[in-house]
Amino acid sequence: MRRISPHLLSLFVLLLAILLSIAIGSVFIPPADLWRVLTGQPPQTVTRAAVIVLTLRLPRTALILLAGAALGASGAAYQGVFRNPLADPYLIGTASGAGLGAVLAMSVNWPYTTAGLLAIPAAAFVGALAAVFLVYLLARVGKTVPTTNLILAGVAFSAFATGLTAFLMLQSTGELRRAIAWLLGGSTFTGWGPVLVILPFLVIGLGGLLLAGHSLNVLQFGDDQARQMGLPVGRARTLILLAASLATASAVAFSGIIGFIGLIIPHVMRLWFGADYRRLLPLAMIGGAAALLLADVLARVVMAPQELPVGVVTALAGAPFFVWVLRRAKNQGYW
Amino acid sequence: MLRIENLSVSYGSRRVLHGVSLEVQSGEVVALIGPNGAGKSTLVRAVSGVIPVDAGSVRTNGTDLLALPSMQRARRLAVVPQAVSMPPAFSVWETVLLGRTPYLNFLGQTSAADEETARRALVRVDALDLAERRVGELSGGEQQRVLLARALAQSTPILLLDEPTSNLDLHYQVSFMEMVRSLAKQDHLAVLVALHDLNLAARYADRVALMVAGKIEAAGTPRQVLTPELISAAYHLPVQVVPHPFADALLVLPGNK
Repeated sequence: MRRISPHLLSLFVLLLAILLSIAIGSVFIPPADLWRVLTGQPPQTVTRAAVIVLTLRLPRTALILLAGAALGASGAAYQGVFRNPLADPYLIGTASGAGLGAVLAMSVNWPYTTAGLLAIPAAAFVGALAAVFLVYLLARVGKTVPTTNLILAGVAFSAFATGLTAFLMLQSTGELRRAIAWLLGGSTFTGWGPVLVILPFLVIGLGGLLLAGHSLNVLQFGDDQARQMGLPVGRARTLILLAASLATASAVAFSGIIGFIGLIIPHVMRLWFGADYRRLLPLAMIGGAAALLLADVLARVVMAPQELPVGVVTALAGAPFFVWVLRRAKNQGYW
Repeated sequence: MLRIENLSVSYGSRRVLHGVSLEVQSGEVVALIGPNGAGKSTLVRAVSGVIPVDAGSVRTNGTDLLALPSMQRARRLAVVPQAVSMPPAFSVWETVLLGRTPYLNFLGQTSAADEETARRALVRVDALDLAERRVGELSGGEQQRVLLARALAQSTPILLLDEPTSNLDLHYQVSFMEMVRSLAKQDHLAVLVALHDLNLAARYADRVALMVAGKIEAAGTPRQVLTPELISAAYHLPVQVVPHPFADALLVLPGNK
């Protein structure tokens, strides 16, 4: 595993996942047709395939890819900032806050236009930030924010936000019922609109995280030592949390609550390729995207023609996979 | 050199350091001793800028270290913490290279010169052969040397050590302190080391500072400070001080309570 470049290897898996995600569904697109459509030469015989690929499969693949990348990278960042192997986008309430924000936006006005769509990631981001801010405030003791307090406050906030989200949905009628499928990680939203409106959030969030590898490495030694090594700890942590919240919010906005990717992928990458966050963050991004794409393909084929919510698949397939990886790990001191 | 002047620190409303003043010359090893809870670790944390101070200053060549941003401070003063809960997955090489952080941009790109500095630091602590190993696989003595190398990689004129020998066996205690002493002499570092073991302090320190209840009770050569009167009063225990049978040092022997 050490000899092959981990980046090449994971990019290869990601490419495979992308192709599968475009080819497989209620209608199978043969590789030859797929090639013709993707290279922009759809002859008359494959127009049906072209329509499916260009209007349905490609945007869905893009959305899932982005959500997976965001969840993988922000999971790695949360684990690093809190130095806690259980940390993930859900732990300190970011994802639940984003979910609540998104549902509020949907309940005010179900998005039929692109402008309406834009309100969802924006509200999700506001929800995520409000969650982080509130949790910080609750966890603060004097001028410091002990990690344990932060996690406890996050869990409490998460429970509250999730409850409120469920309440909103039960109260709702009509369109918002579609949000229930969304909440389980379904693809309620189609077309290029969702992809386009989360892109700015994602570029800033993921870009920020890609720059944070060195700071995360230093933070692994604890706040005291990080300061003694010259890292401005407070500023670094705030920036990383902001970037991770942006990424989480853009994933939650249209892909709903998808568990396990943000928890498992960073661990798997860390086990396989080492703990250096400068390598781990891009790898968690690629790995998260590949894993969520594969889960989404499974979601489409397992009970075809019926589709499972992808969140159900990530949990059902992710948990045993994670156990398998952990049991195979010879080096137990990886974390 | 390091000059601590009138440093006062509180945790909440409880004052734990009361106007501590202490000087460490370049090339000198000063041992900070005192009973548990006297404030030794607090002094190390305050001097290294980790916790806020109520009053006082920490100076080197006229610069107030506490007024500097953490990056600037980390170029002048490095800390060797106790080797507990180190991130186990980093390699020794990665860990020591992180000592170069105060000289790097936020991306942490290291140059060939940075790597050379880190390599020399590993050579100095006799741990170059460990470079590829993961920190989690090392013994306590090896981990402590890695942390010393990380501090050396910071290339600072001042070194603070917080009870570095607490988790080491007899062999490593002696070899670690010999290493620290030769670093101070050869590289002309000002070294302040908090120690529990009075006999290590007696043997390896040029001067000893005795801290009791957040104040420096006495400071001077080991013979001036490690007296039965001062030590008995500080530790609430009768002690005898005798000459070391074969080294040029004192031995502090605890009596019965």
